[in-house]
Amino acid sequence: MSDVESSAAHQGTSERGGSLIYRHRVSTRLWHWTNAVVLLVMLMSGLMIFNAHPHLYWGQYGANPDTPWLEIGSSGDRGFLKIGDLTIDTTGVLGLWRGPNGQLQQRAFPSWATIPSSYNLAVSRLWHLTFAWLFAGGLALYAIWSLFNGHLRRDLLPRTAELKPGHILQEVKHHATLRFAKGEAARNFNVLQKLTYLVVLVVLIPLMILTGLTMSPAIDAAWPWLLDLFGGRQSARSIHFIVAFLLVLFFIVHIVMVVLAGPINEVRSMITGRFRLPKERP
Amino acid sequence: MTQKSFLSRRRFLTSFAVGGSAALVAGCDALSRSPTFREFLGTGEWLNYRIQRLVGGAALAREYTEADLSPNFRTNGNSRPRSNEWNRLAAADFVDYRLTVDGLVEEPQSLSLAELRSMPSRTQITRHDCVEGWSAIGKWTGVPLSAVLDRARLSDRARFIVFHCADDFRGTSYYESIDIVDAFHPQTILAYGMNDGILPTGHGAPLRLRVERQLGYKQAKFITRIEAVDSLSDIGRGRGGYWEDVGSYNWYAGI
Repeated sequence: MSDVESSAAHQGTSERGGSLIYRHRVSTRLWHWTNAVVLLVMLMSGLMIFNAHPHLYWGQYGANPDTPWLEIGSSGDRGFLKIGDLTIDTTGVLGLWRGPNGQLQQRAFPSWATIPSSYNLAVSRLWHLTFAWLFAGGLALYAIWSLFNGHLRRDLLPRTAELKPGHILQEVKHHATLRFAKGEAARNFNVLQKLTYLVVLVVLIPLMILTGLTMSPAIDAAWPWLLDLFGGRQSARSIHFIVAFLLVLFFIVHIVMVVLAGPINEVRSMITGRFRLPKERP
Repeated sequence: MTQKSFLSRRRFLTSFAVGGSAALVAGCDALSRSPTFREFLGTGEWLNYRIQRLVGGAALAREYTEADLSPNFRTNGNSRPRSNEWNRLAAADFVDYRLTVDGLVEEPQSLSLAELRSMPSRTQITRHDCVEGWSAIGKWTGVPLSAVLDRARLSDRARFIVFHCADDFRGTSYYESIDIVDAFHPQTILAYGMNDGILPTGHGAPLRLRVERQLGYKQAKFITRIEAVDSLSDIGRGRGGYWEDVGSYNWYAGI
């Protein structure tokens, strides 16, 4: 995410780009790479926790005798993903797959996607529930710091002009045709970036945390409104799973955009903070 | 950028991602086995225990209505103890069953089911959350654990209540333990009834624990003895419960 220091780095830049600017502050960079590790660990340990009961339900209760809306399993020599009435053959990837030594496994998510790689609910919970605190700590520091230093207001909140439908439509067209901002226009996030980061920050991450807490019987006792907010513990578990996949989707788009926009420049800016404004075509 | 450099870059990124994933998984597996890292992974339980106690206080778990009951409450863990003693008692409808209450108590008890039923009772419709992720709602009737502990005059030195069970896994007896806060929580009961009937065998007859702010494996079934202790280190392998001992499950299971 971008911190743009306009005054210091502005000297010597040309409108046509090509100059090196200071784009990401050290707080943003540290949080970014902490999250990269912490969220990957939480995803992969979460998939192992899901493997312990690969069914999702809506409502207050839900167990083997009840009807799931999503199920990953196997029958005979086929692995499947069932969503409602839809059954997708996922042999080899979900439900039934071969482990690193070639042996057939009947778990939902395969060993390359889980922490630990072999079935161990207890150990995956240790990872998940400890890294949750690392995530919470990083998020709290980031949130306080971003409000304090103006990062949120200056870099992430869209300006009124950016929210006009015409402008958004134009940005969508530019993205669809892979025409990215050049020169000075690349100094700030575009409106699609701002909206995406805001959705992740104020919708997806809070949903993830709150649905995670709703799965805790102790927190449900302390904050019973969580059960009403999500319509029950099993609904919260389902939403937790869905939002996890929206975050994976965000991650995939994020990586694709980095690669398309120039991976070396982008990755360097997130390591050293320095970003070279892309040159405009003559 | 040229087409050639893009392709080689893509190939580089792909192999980087695949190799990275394999290294990450292997690395995490190695870390999972390292005692120092396991200690770090234990900090989550420590934080959850303290913070949930802080925000939870004496809060009650949600109680549901008859309409919310699971149509079919599945059983879990052992569905029937193998012990000869338990089977002998079960054959006679547990008339000879006695619950032993001992350890750090001033007046050790030996209570029959009739005596337990004559004590104050509490009925609650609550949600059972298994560590695996599923939930089932059931109606439980039993005697508050606090009433049993008061009757035995619990010592001030007691810090944990241990539940010894009649069932076993491969010869190792099941047991569980909770702290004094949960032991005196109003919804912590020794249940002898379920869904308006007698507690079924699969759900822990004749007596099981309900400790409603924790996960399923804490809800000890087939209880034969309650022991008050000041430390868990001498019980089993010292981690406070069967699954805690053999499977590195957290002793505090509030999440």
